[in-house]
Amino acid sequence: MESIAFYIIASIVIVSALLMVTSRQLVHSIVYMVVSFIGVGALFILLQAEFVAAVQILVYAGGIVVLFLFVVMLVNLNEVNEGEYLHRQWLPAGAMLLVLVAEIGYLLWGGAGALAVAPEQAETVLRAVEQGNTETIGMSLYTDFLLPFEIASMLLLVAMIGAIYLAQKRV
Amino acid sequence: MGTLGLGHYLLLSAVLFGIGVIGVLVRRNVIMVLMCLELIFNAANINLVAVARFRPDLAGQIFTIFTITVAAAEAAIGLGLVIAMFRNAQTVNVDDVHLLEG
Repeated sequence: MESIAFYIIASIVIVSALLMVTSRQLVHSIVYMVVSFIGVGALFILLQAEFVAAVQILVYAGGIVVLFLFVVMLVNLNEVNEGEYLHRQWLPAGAMLLVLVAEIGYLLWGGAGALAVAPEQAETVLRAVEQGNTETIGMSLYTDFLLPFEIASMLLLVAMIGAIYLAQKRV
Repeated sequence: MGTLGLGHYLLLSAVLFGIGVIGVLVRRNVIMVLMCLELIFNAANINLVAVARFRPDLAGQIFTIFTITVAAAEAAIGLGLVIAMFRNAQTVNVDDVHLLEG
């Protein structure tokens, strides 16, 4: 059952990612990107990471996509759509990518014994018996990972100021 | 079908990473390049969450949350740069921006 769900979701994610990369219209690409992001969120649910799945849907399929849509509306699409939509050097890029994927595949193939892990003991760590996944993550985030959490909030503040400064209209 | 292992997720993530890389390399529109970067971030997130599931270690999921934070910051800054680029150069094609070219 789980593997059937995995294959369905994985095919949705990969097909929508391919359509996103190849589609000529920018808005179509964004729609396919939403589908791919939601599929990745479903994969997170399959991996028993409910909180991360919720964050994925909220931040990616919600926030970032709206950001992209705003920028697509801000830049002039009529001018953008003209001419070639692919880079001139797409052939060498594709060859390089084939080499890269072959390398990754070889590594995964060669390390198959190391990668085969029994998932039986997974339940206890990811979800404490009386707590849910969200509570466990929240507890860990505010105790063990408190400093990275604060640094991430600083990063978001800096990014917000930088984005406002970059996008403002010079007077 | 067989049982689902870590290798399945890693392979899916590798394929998604490859699609993202080919998009970054091939597309001329800079907005599209940023979107493909988000795809690459997603592939890395799948890796982290899958390892957190099978290892098992909760730190992978927490790292994923930080990765999503950084991705959001990157998207905001990148799109601000796109707007600044469009205002100055009147284009969003990466090939047409060659101010430093001799």
